[in-house]
Amino acid sequence: MKGSIASLDLSAFLLQPWQDDPAGYGWIVLMAFLVTLSCGLIGNYLVLRRMSLVGDAISHSVLPGIAVAFLVSHSRDPWIMSIGAIAAGVLTTFLIENIHGRSRIKQDAAIGITFTTLFAIGVIIITVFAGKVDLDQECVLYGEITFIPFFDYVSLFGRPIAPQPVFVMALVTLITAGLIMLFYKVLLVSSFDSGLAGSLGFNQRMVHYGMMCVLSVVVVSAFESVGAILVIAMLILPGVTAYLITYRFPIMLVLTVVHALLSAFIGLHLGIWLECSMAGSIVVAGSLLFVLAWIFSPSQGLLRRVLYRFRWRENAETQAGGSPA
Amino acid sequence: MILSRAWAWCLLICCLTQPVFADRIGDVVDTHVWEQAARFFTFRDPSLRYALAGALLLGISCGVLGSFIVVRKMALMGDTLSHAVLPGVAAGFLWSGTKDPLVILVGATIAGLLGTFLVSVIRQTTRIKEDACMGLVLGSFFAVGICLLTRIQKMETGNQSGIDKFMFGQAAALNADDIRLMALCTVVVLLLVSLCYKGLLAASFDQDFAVSLGLPVRILHYLLMGLLTFSIVVSLQAVGVVLVSAMLITPAATAYLLSDRMHRMILYAAGFGTVSGALGVFLSFQGNNLPTGPFMVVGASSFFLIAFMIAPRHGLVVRWLRRLRRSRRIQFENTLKGMHRVLEDRDFVGDGVSLRELAELRRETIEDVRKRVRALVRAGQATLGEDGNMAYFTPDSRSTAMRIVRNHRLWELYLTNEANYDADHVHDDAEKIEHVLGEEIVRQLERKLNYPAQDPHGKRIPGIQEIQEDGVRPAAAGAGLGYGESR
Repeated sequence: MKGSIASLDLSAFLLQPWQDDPAGYGWIVLMAFLVTLSCGLIGNYLVLRRMSLVGDAISHSVLPGIAVAFLVSHSRDPWIMSIGAIAAGVLTTFLIENIHGRSRIKQDAAIGITFTTLFAIGVIIITVFAGKVDLDQECVLYGEITFIPFFDYVSLFGRPIAPQPVFVMALVTLITAGLIMLFYKVLLVSSFDSGLAGSLGFNQRMVHYGMMCVLSVVVVSAFESVGAILVIAMLILPGVTAYLITYRFPIMLVLTVVHALLSAFIGLHLGIWLECSMAGSIVVAGSLLFVLAWIFSPSQGLLRRVLYRFRWRENAETQAGGSPA
Repeated sequence: MILSRAWAWCLLICCLTQPVFADRIGDVVDTHVWEQAARFFTFRDPSLRYALAGALLLGISCGVLGSFIVVRKMALMGDTLSHAVLPGVAAGFLWSGTKDPLVILVGATIAGLLGTFLVSVIRQTTRIKEDACMGLVLGSFFAVGICLLTRIQKMETGNQSGIDKFMFGQAAALNADDIRLMALCTVVVLLLVSLCYKGLLAASFDQDFAVSLGLPVRILHYLLMGLLTFSIVVSLQAVGVVLVSAMLITPAATAYLLSDRMHRMILYAAGFGTVSGALGVFLSFQGNNLPTGPFMVVGASSFFLIAFMIAPRHGLVVRWLRRLRRSRRIQFENTLKGMHRVLEDRDFVGDGVSLRELAELRRETIEDVRKRVRALVRAGQATLGEDGNMAYFTPDSRSTAMRIVRNHRLWELYLTNEANYDADHVHDDAEKIEHVLGEEIVRQLERKLNYPAQDPHGKRIPGIQEIQEDGVRPAAAGAGLGYGESR
């Protein structure tokens, strides 16, 4: 099978695309960056609050929300899709909390039951109304960034500024970043010390539900580019990579941006080289960055651990040898 | 007799109206709903038989393994594994060049085990929490799988029609080989789980204990994960990547609500798994090209919802009813106690208590008191006089009232004498505990306080003899009020 992968010709894979079609690839990279960034920003909080798998749950359970929204409105307007997604996201959060809080079922099982049920209902809606819904389960499970139409430009003041999907994604990213800046303190305190947040008078439930709403919108706008399952990786990867490198939260947010940028670029070229799905290769690039951080992290990396242990043993040996028996 | 004749007619009608055999479920749909349902029960279509057998086998193996992961709080490990096997499926396909189920199975199992291994390594060597590890492995492995799959599509030999089955699953497309594989898997699961049952049980509930017994906890963990991966891979064809985790979690969680014993939980989980599997096949048989997996999941979730509401011990409605009954009992006892105190204040002259006196004592309006007494009368714990203004004890309720007063005053005395409370601080506490003290504890209190006659406020404490003389069995009165439920 080795012969089917093209040999690594750097100029062909790094420079050729930018010479041939700079605009097209530019939009793809920008879109990938925006998707990874908005997912990563909200994902940081998920990782810190130990709710990574709630992200998994919501990415699946928005399906019935958008299916119903589509059935009712017959349009793929991002606003309507977002409303459907928010409704489904809130419902998911509510169900998880209630199953977990009102019975002896643990949180992980509650998450599993909720999202699989909602996903199943979504699939049933889509298949039963197959004629009326212009969605299929495959487009939700796998999205593909290269299939996004980048020719429908949004105009502002009579001048076209960006293709519509990129524009919407940028808006979502801006809103996410803006909300994080606005509620920075509240989110920080409630993520690290919920007791303190409670005593300061922050409404934890509101924070939780608000975050889930933002998460639902981010997830649904990322669907078209990456699909429901790769979104989970995009939510978690930037956060955990940064978490391995730094102990400080603001730096973690900055590293998220760096991670998003790097994985968008590397992913694009990886995708061109291997001729495979661009969405997949962006996530693979992100995972590679994680592996690098895991090995080489200055404070907690595997390499440092090994070196530390080695040096420690060496010290112990010299001390043992130097001292009189 | 009539029933069997009706059944025979049914069969006859089915045979006459439906002479064709469908190759796949859902190919024949031009029939009425009832005919289609009846057709289901004839089991004539081979594809239906395969689908049903697959669903039943799947329900058993997923139910058994799901019970273990649910009690281990690793429910989402199933979800992680079902996604993490994708690169294995793709690599197996690349390796063999065809859709050879055995190679794909081996590849997928290896990928799943690698995923499990990575989750535990990342968790042990970094400060990342388990949930993030699982999400990480899930997403990354899936991405690698997607990349490989899209490569396969680009290749000339890339006839990947079989691969889609792994993603979404269609029980209707199962064939005899698949069923044989699923049966093998179920047998292996049942065999290994029953062989290692004791060890798995100990390792699942109390890891330290299992270690101290010298059990190979780590090997047991990987054994469970290996079985899980194996049965997930085998089940993927029937229900697909996302919904296989539902078949693992939901029946097991339903069983968890119904039982506190592991072996019973496993039985229930396997039962719910098979029933919802069969239900899914039945429902998807009713329409054109309906997917089987989602209907199975919705079936399993409905069972969960029912158990969540009315499970005998843990059900929401059941607990709500229990709480309602308890608060009703406490209200009754408070009213009876009020009646007793009114009588006591006038040195037990006369039998009846007027509502007015009771209202003054309890500082409530007459209307409220009337409502309370009426409720007592309805429950047969008091009688009302002719004019409706006088309440009378029944023999049963008089002893209840005395028992409550006795509990109250003994407790007050205990708090002042033994716990050094001030006499004016003990009433509220006693007001709460008087309803939950059992006969046994009251006897102990009495013995400890050396059979006192007066409480800290100088009121008389009714003795056990008095209560018994009123012609009632005190122990039974206590037991009948359901102290056992209060836990």
